[in-house]
Amino acid sequence: MRNFEFFEPETIEEASDLLTKYNGTAELLAGGTDLIIEMKARTATPEHVISLEKVPGLTGIDYDEESGLRIGALTKMRRLENDPIIRERYTALAEGAGEVGGVQIRNLATIGGNISHGSPAADTAAPLLALSAQVKIAGADGERTVPIETFFVGPGQTVLKTGEIVTAFECPARSANQGSQYIKQKIREVMDLAFVGVASSATTDNGAVSNVKIGLSAVAPTPLRATDAEAIVNGNSLTTELLQQAAAAASAQSSPISDLRCSAEHRREMVGVLTRRTLQAAVDRAQG
Amino acid sequence: MKKHPVSLTVNTDTYDLLIEPRKTLLATLRDTIGLTGTKEGCSTGDCGACTVIVDGKAVTSCMMLGVSANGKEITTIEGLASRDQLHPIQQAFMDKGGYQCGFCTPGFIVASKAFLDENPNATEAEIRYALGNNICRCTGYTKIIEAVMSAAEVMRNS
Repeated sequence: MRNFEFFEPETIEEASDLLTKYNGTAELLAGGTDLIIEMKARTATPEHVISLEKVPGLTGIDYDEESGLRIGALTKMRRLENDPIIRERYTALAEGAGEVGGVQIRNLATIGGNISHGSPAADTAAPLLALSAQVKIAGADGERTVPIETFFVGPGQTVLKTGEIVTAFECPARSANQGSQYIKQKIREVMDLAFVGVASSATTDNGAVSNVKIGLSAVAPTPLRATDAEAIVNGNSLTTELLQQAAAAASAQSSPISDLRCSAEHRREMVGVLTRRTLQAAVDRAQG
Repeated sequence: MKKHPVSLTVNTDTYDLLIEPRKTLLATLRDTIGLTGTKEGCSTGDCGACTVIVDGKAVTSCMMLGVSANGKEITTIEGLASRDQLHPIQQAFMDKGGYQCGFCTPGFIVASKAFLDENPNATEAEIRYALGNNICRCTGYTKIIEAVMSAAEVMRNS
């Protein structure tokens, strides 16, 4: 690893100022599980590394029945995976966090790092899309909030501008008649990347399904929502026929590539299969 | 490049060091402090040979900077045994033959300790899943799992 200057700012303003001052030669350090590997491989050669660990308020999970869920960007995957509220109300996110690497990696890796890195295959991206997350961003001009749908721009690219830092994720409060699930298609149980990831969330009310959101990962240049499939299901009761239509619509909205891991055809097929399975599971969980 | 003062506790000893930011925690433990029980395998977080416990949590020390360990408590394989008695997990690896070449053993034992401390009643499936971040290239997994299961029982009964 090449040497670098190491900073541990104690406020988000200071961190943002450093990031602006050293624009182009600085990297933010959260859990380090992506950055340190890239620095060892010299695919990242920052001259300045800015650790966020000493900035207060970036870690933790808060839930309120009115204001909903707030997750600090530096919250570890392992904590998300085991948190009782997330497991119960935001199940897809607990499942997504639990799919990252192995235990040792999840004790380091953070949700902010997973999302800010901009990987199309990020395991928390599809769940956050399905759970209507908002991304809180701090920068030189103060704070702004963007919906997760508009956060990703391309592979490794996000809407973050110079000096901007993701500080938290917020999701609306959820009740017992809402359910969600994330499924990651992979070869190994642990330590693997997704071929395809699908998360679905739904609300049920007297048999009718509403508020449906479906997040897809690893099947397009960015994580994205399967909005056509959502529209097919919303307001209806879930039938086999409807599930098949939704699956076909989600497949059609994906634009996967073929690579070493699997073919585009297989990915597109699996988007449909996993959309069907996660939608059914989300509804089943919503009905308790 | 500017070195940073770092104070960390490893096992029972506190070390005040001056280290380059690029040194990983693994390199700090092995090269600076001289505790070579923790092994470097892949160096990319995949194999788990470098597993240590930081503030109660098992982590791959090759993916953490030494400067990020400032103020933290680290447990390495050297910190498990008391003067005249092996830790039950170490003893079980001996008794059950949970090692072949031995290179992955410190990582497996330290990862198992962190997991069993939090989950003393873990099932075999849970243990296998929790050790998924550790690789044994001799492929002696069956004996490793037997050893951890056996150690869990000893630890529950003591």
